[in-house]
Amino acid sequence: MSDEEDDLILDELDDSELVLQMHDDLYDGMADEIAEAVHILLKRGWTPYDILTKALVEGMRIVGIDFRDGILFVPEVLLAAGAMKKGMHILKPLLVETGAPQLGKMVIGTVKGDIHDIGKNLVAMMMEGAGFEIIDLGINNPVEDYIDALKREKADILGMSALLTTTMPYMKTVIDTMVEQGIRDDYIVLVGGAPLNEEFGKAIGSDAYCRDAAVAVETAKEFMARKHNQA
Amino acid sequence: MQTLIIACGALAREVLALIKLNNWQHMELQCLPADLHLRPEKIPDSVEAAVGAARGKYERIFVAYADCGTGGLLAARCEKLGVEMISGPHCYSFFEGNEGFAARGEVTSFYLTDFLARQFEAFVWKPMGLDKHPELRDMYFGNYEKLVYLAQTEDEALTKAAQSAAKRLGLVFERRFTGYGDLRKALDQA
Repeated sequence: MSDEEDDLILDELDDSELVLQMHDDLYDGMADEIAEAVHILLKRGWTPYDILTKALVEGMRIVGIDFRDGILFVPEVLLAAGAMKKGMHILKPLLVETGAPQLGKMVIGTVKGDIHDIGKNLVAMMMEGAGFEIIDLGINNPVEDYIDALKREKADILGMSALLTTTMPYMKTVIDTMVEQGIRDDYIVLVGGAPLNEEFGKAIGSDAYCRDAAVAVETAKEFMARKHNQA
Repeated sequence: MQTLIIACGALAREVLALIKLNNWQHMELQCLPADLHLRPEKIPDSVEAAVGAARGKYERIFVAYADCGTGGLLAARCEKLGVEMISGPHCYSFFEGNEGFAARGEVTSFYLTDFLARQFEAFVWKPMGLDKHPELRDMYFGNYEKLVYLAQTEDEALTKAAQSAAKRLGLVFERRFTGYGDLRKALDQA
C-alpha cells in the first residue's frame, strides 16, 4: 500500500521535472521507466531528437562523468546503457522519419584477436545518440575489414577498441596499412580501451586516444568541426 | 641481505609455495592487494610506493607482476625504478608459459587460476555486479566460448569450483594443469 503511494507517476510531472527524472532513472538503470517517459514526451509533442539529446544523451553524460570519477562502476554503467538502449529503440525509427542532424559517419570495431566489446558498444551508442551514423563491425576485426568498411561506407571516422595489452598493438598495424595505402589522412582515427593511454595513442599515429564514451563523442565532434573548417 | 619479492596478492600462495619448495631462504614476500587486478591503472603507483619503502633494506627487489593490463606502463615504471618484473602479458600467460600461451592464440577463452577459482565470487562475480544483476552476464561473457582453468595445483575442490564457475558463466569448461610455469623461472632469477 505504502509502496503504491510512494510510486512516482511520471505522467504527472511537468516536462522539466520529467527530464530530470529520466536522468535519475538512467543513472539507476531503470529501463522500463525510461521507455515509459519516452512515450510520455512523444505524446506531449516533443521531437524524437530533443528526447534523445536532452533526456537520454544528457543522462548518459552524467553517468559517464561519475564513471570517470570512480563513483559509478562498470555494472552500473551497463545498466544505464541498457536503459538508454531501450529508449533509443523507441526513438530510432522516429528519428529516421523526422530527421536529425547527421554529424558524420564512423566505422567502429574491436581489433583482431580481441572479443571485448562493452566499451566499443558504449561508444557506438553514445556516438549514435550524438548524431553520428555508426557502422559497427563487431569484434575480432582484421585490418582489411576496417579498410574495406571505411572505403565502402565513405566514412569520416575510424574507431578502434582493444581491452588486452596483447591486442592493442594491432591498432598500429591498421594505421600503418592506411599509411601504406595513402589513405591515413582521409580519416579521423580514434582509439580507446582500458589498457590504452594518450602516449600510446600518439605513438601509433592515431588522432586521439579517448578515455571514455563521452570523450569520444566530444573528440569526434571537435575533429569533424575542424574538418569542415578545412573544406 | 635479502631479496624482496613485491607480488600481486593473487600470487601469494604460489610465491610462498615456490619459496618453500626451492628453499629460497634469501627471499621475502610482500604482497600488494589482489584487488588491484580489478584496477590495473593503479598498479604502477602502488608498485613504486612499495619499491620506495623497501629501498636500502634489501639487496634486490623483484616485482612479481606481468603487464597485468597496464598497457606497458608498469614495465616503463619498473625500468625507471631499476627493478625487474615478470615478462608476459598476465599471470594466465606466465603460468601456462609465455611462449605456449601466445602460440595457442586463444581469443574466446576466459581464464581462471587457482586464486581466481578460489576467489571467483569476490574477484569475478561480485565486482562485475552479477550477484545483483545476473542479466548482465551475457553482456560480459557473450563472446566467450569456454572457461579454461589453469591449475597450479592438483586440487579436486578447486577444479569443482572452477567447473561451477564455468556453468554459472554459461561457458564450456576445460582444465589445464600448468604448475607454476614461468613464475618459477622468473623467481629463480630474481
